[in-house]
Amino acid sequence: MADDFHAAHPNVTIQVQPIQNESIKTKVQVALQGTPPDIFQQWGGGAEAVQAQSGKLADLTQLTSSWIGDLGKSASGWANDGKQLGIPYDYHVVGFWYRTDLFTKAGITTPPTTLDELLADVTKLKAAGIAPIAVGGKDKWPDAFYWDNFVLKECPKATITAGIAAAKFADPCFTKAGDDLKKLLDAKHFNTGFLATPAQQGAGSSAGLVANGKAAMELQGDWEIPTILGLLPKDQQATVEGQMGFFPFPSITGGQGEPGAALGGGDGFSCSTKAPDACAAFLQFMTSAPVQSELVKANAISIPSNGKATSAITDPTLQKVLTYLQGVSYNQLYFDQALPTNVGNAVNDAVSNFFAGQGSPQDIADAAGKAAGQ
Amino acid sequence: MLLLGPALTLFVGFVLVPIAVAIYYSFYKWSGFGPLNHPVGLGNYRRAFADTVFLHAIQHNVTIALLSLLLQLPLSIGLALLLNRQLRGRGFLRLVVFAPYVLSEAVTAVMWLMLLQPDGFVDQVFKHVGLGSLVTTWLANTHVVLYTLFVVITWKYIGFGVILLLAGLQGIPTELREASALDGASPWQTTRRVVLPLLGPTIRIWIFLSMIGSLQIFDIPWIMTLGGPAGASTTMSTYLIDKGFQSYEFGYGSAVAVILFIFCFVFALLYQRFALRRDTAGSLTRMVS
Repeated sequence: MADDFHAAHPNVTIQVQPIQNESIKTKVQVALQGTPPDIFQQWGGGAEAVQAQSGKLADLTQLTSSWIGDLGKSASGWANDGKQLGIPYDYHVVGFWYRTDLFTKAGITTPPTTLDELLADVTKLKAAGIAPIAVGGKDKWPDAFYWDNFVLKECPKATITAGIAAAKFADPCFTKAGDDLKKLLDAKHFNTGFLATPAQQGAGSSAGLVANGKAAMELQGDWEIPTILGLLPKDQQATVEGQMGFFPFPSITGGQGEPGAALGGGDGFSCSTKAPDACAAFLQFMTSAPVQSELVKANAISIPSNGKATSAITDPTLQKVLTYLQGVSYNQLYFDQALPTNVGNAVNDAVSNFFAGQGSPQDIADAAGKAAGQ
Repeated sequence: MLLLGPALTLFVGFVLVPIAVAIYYSFYKWSGFGPLNHPVGLGNYRRAFADTVFLHAIQHNVTIALLSLLLQLPLSIGLALLLNRQLRGRGFLRLVVFAPYVLSEAVTAVMWLMLLQPDGFVDQVFKHVGLGSLVTTWLANTHVVLYTLFVVITWKYIGFGVILLLAGLQGIPTELREASALDGASPWQTTRRVVLPLLGPTIRIWIFLSMIGSLQIFDIPWIMTLGGPAGASTTMSTYLIDKGFQSYEFGYGSAVAVILFIFCFVFALLYQRFALRRDTAGSLTRMVS
């Protein structure tokens, strides 16, 4: 794709440097203290706001105003203080990815829609000798997805927005989310050794366990399918892809959250102040409908940020995810990304400690305010 | 003085200045971007010593240091004595013991990660020798993970200790062993009363390197557990990276780095002063020794 752009804009050369998920956060951080690259990965939210303090993120508001409308209102997740500091090229939404073959084997005909149904299905899976849920506890953020989702179920949107803005989760609904999580944890549904399981690296990761049919489901974003396929030998990819299913995070009884709330985010790019014009031109190219369609077809992205390219999605499971995403009342950015980085990490730490049996629901809710005060 | 110039410039530029800068940063609350305009005095230090995760990290470093002394050292000495004897395939055995040391920390960590997977190679070995009941989730059990890491660290570094001690053993003249044998000393007495005392300087150097290494250990815990689960294998260095780089708290991270530096520095000074002085007597100037 970089080559295609170069063909159209011969004076711009793009060098692609692939960096693994966990290490790019550090790399970008260090680069912004010195000379950042002209363009780099950006997940928006609070981390973007912290990075903006460097003064080296280009304000793209003017440069993108003519075409940003194509990307829908979710693009505002990459805006800060009214300035567009990044452009998303795909959107994400989190839900349960499951193996239809394993569900069938355990006698489950329809995926669960409520927490009670989920717990009942989990018992069936266990009885069939299948590890019900894989979670990459080593990386902490997969743990946080659970708490985030319970918060979306327990708390009204306004409470969540205010809590994130103030970096303080004082409302009792945040503690209730921890209580819900406890119910799930107490039932011990996760894969063996989940506290040390990475999310995406190798066959022993949570994605690897689902890929190899060793666990029935995991709570992950829509990057799950490309991740899983990447961990499988070529000749098994098509079979497993056909066996993957998706269901949204189940509802709970008595929560005050909006039923249509979803957890998600997206991938994007920020430009540094060195070459904003060329960078913005590249982003326009990258988010244009034809390029986005190509990216979808090549399995490089799951859900394109440009709505006109969604017709390129052929995978029936992803189509289901797209329908779900298009129907949500709002798509809340992952809390660790929406909050300032140190606060987000503190919340992830607290949730991950809770998974390891340490701390209380109150501790998780307190973690944000405590970290923000330091 | 003129000849000292280049070395001195490098030392000042790449050692002293960074230390000074880290100390300076450690008095600020700073995200790593923008000006330093939020001085907090000793606040970062107070925060570190009030954070149970950091206190546990210190505990973990000390545990690794003590375990090294109590287990790794005797094991290294034993292996070195064994490999110093005339035995068939000695060269090969020495190679086997030393080989892990040549691997990088990252390779070691990733390799052991795979071996330690639930129901992986290590678990299978335990089951096949009838110790299946001992199998646990080596990296996920908060009570076990630190010791698992210690085993990996020992596997990695034992070769270095053995080579060091072997070199020390080579330096012990055979005449001394022969003389004590002639005087009727048993092999054990010769080892205990003649060889080990003469190995003293080497052992003391090993202890020094091992203690500093234990205080600074980073790569293996970071790659294998990221300091988890629930901080059960956090070391001072992983904590420092976690706070400084991962959470964009560079002021606080600097304070932690300074604390780590002081620990190592004080240990090094005291150890030089009390343990190494007799070994280095005459070879260093008065000021250093």
